Amino acid sequence: MASRASNGSLARAFRIQARVLWALILREIMTRYGRHNIGFLWLFVEPMLFTLGITALWTIAGFHHGSNLPITAFALTGYSTVLLWRNMPNRCVGSIIPNSALMYHRNVRVLDIFLSRIALEAIGATMSFVTLGLVFNFLGMLSPPEDALRVLQGWLLTAWFGAAFAMFLGALAERSEMVEKLWHPAAYLLFPLSGAAYLVDALPKDFQNAALWLPMVNGVELVREGYFGSKIVAHYDMTYLVTCNMVLSLFALALERIVSREFVPE
Amino acid sequence: MIELRDVCKTYHARSGPVDVLNGVNLRVDRGDKIGIVGRNGSGKSTLIRLIGGVERPTSGKIMQSMRISWPLAFTGAFQGGLTGVDNVRFICRVYGKAYEEVIDFVEDFSQLGRFLKEPVKIYSSGMRARLAFAVSLMIDFDCYLIDEVVAVGDARFQQRSHEELFEVRKDRAIIIVSHDPNYMRLHCDNAAVLEDGRLRFFDEVEQAFEYHSHQMMN
Repeated sequence: MASRASNGSLARAFRIQARVLWALILREIMTRYGRHNIGFLWLFVEPMLFTLGITALWTIAGFHHGSNLPITAFALTGYSTVLLWRNMPNRCVGSIIPNSALMYHRNVRVLDIFLSRIALEAIGATMSFVTLGLVFNFLGMLSPPEDALRVLQGWLLTAWFGAAFAMFLGALAERSEMVEKLWHPAAYLLFPLSGAAYLVDALPKDFQNAALWLPMVNGVELVREGYFGSKIVAHYDMTYLVTCNMVLSLFALALERIVSREFVPE
Repeated sequence: MIELRDVCKTYHARSGPVDVLNGVNLRVDRGDKIGIVGRNGSGKSTLIRLIGGVERPTSGKIMQSMRISWPLAFTGAFQGGLTGVDNVRFICRVYGKAYEEVIDFVEDFSQLGRFLKEPVKIYSSGMRARLAFAVSLMIDFDCYLIDEVVAVGDARFQQRSHEELFEVRKDRAIIIVSHDPNYMRLHCDNAAVLEDGRLRFFDEVEQAFEYHSHQMMN
């Protein structure tokens, strides 16, 4: 009965929250990857294949990105960050209805569905980035990052952006079917604009400022500065990126509250 | 203890707002067995879902200091694509219960046999209800919410669920929604009729049914 006495306490709430998220993450792994062949390893093998594919394509095509960085290094940093901010919204848009039966359990809420999917995508993209970084390094195709902390900073800020964006779009998609229809073309079009395929420094001056309006461009520039700071000139505005993340998070959480309050499971 | 104070629930349908609950007050204490009667569409399931935390009231307060089950009903609670066993695992994790402590009882009680390893989407609604009963008994709730799933399974299953729910766990509270007067008479101490979005309480189940059938005549 001791645990009942502490009903409503913060520690207890955290315990329940952790339990629910863990349960949802395991369930998500089960439904997405099952127990067949390599199972949950697909979680990071899939993004790795994407990154490897892009790296191979860009190498073969002799892709010109306006710097003398090796294409491998360029593709790894660029495409990995795209996966990070793009896969989270992909998995959150339209995620509520298929999980509606689970929300019969009072502690399973819309926010938990989002958070568990966001966490999984973050883990997958990060493991893919780190693994490929180590492999490329081992093969002599990529030097270790010059400033690992800066890479981490860029990576975390991009992940935060992706998470807030995912929650916002996931909640908005519940209000309007348009979101699901529009998100896919938007994500597709954002890819070439996102900084994965160019260095801001290589853009004409007028375009540089315009490019930096996109939060993810700031993120990838940060990651690249961490990786090859002495070889490139990175452009970013950390205050702008953090402000964007905070505002987006605020809207995302507010919208999630509304959706969660009004949602009616099957 | 569970207490509902002036609980209202409005749904926004295409044709406009629908007020389903219109100021419901209810108090449930440990061991109470309460039946809720009402015509189709009177909001019984909505009320049960609000108490179970599946949905939130539009206004009013729901206070609780008990562990309340999810509404044991013919729908919900299970992910169709997952097997019965994987659903049991998920529910155990959510409620912080060890799967190993639970599964033997669930296998034995639900009588689902090899179907436990099949996806829940191929279950009949009776099979789902049996699984829900089995798992929820093992989670050890202080209050069980039963929405119309009183007559599932064969005579033996009904006998056993009666024992587990009303004898082994007779200190628990139970809220039952049902159209079955016999079941209510046997299991509830008192009953309430839900009409026009409000609850009208009766000390005897019999009185509630009398009032209810009288209302149905008009």
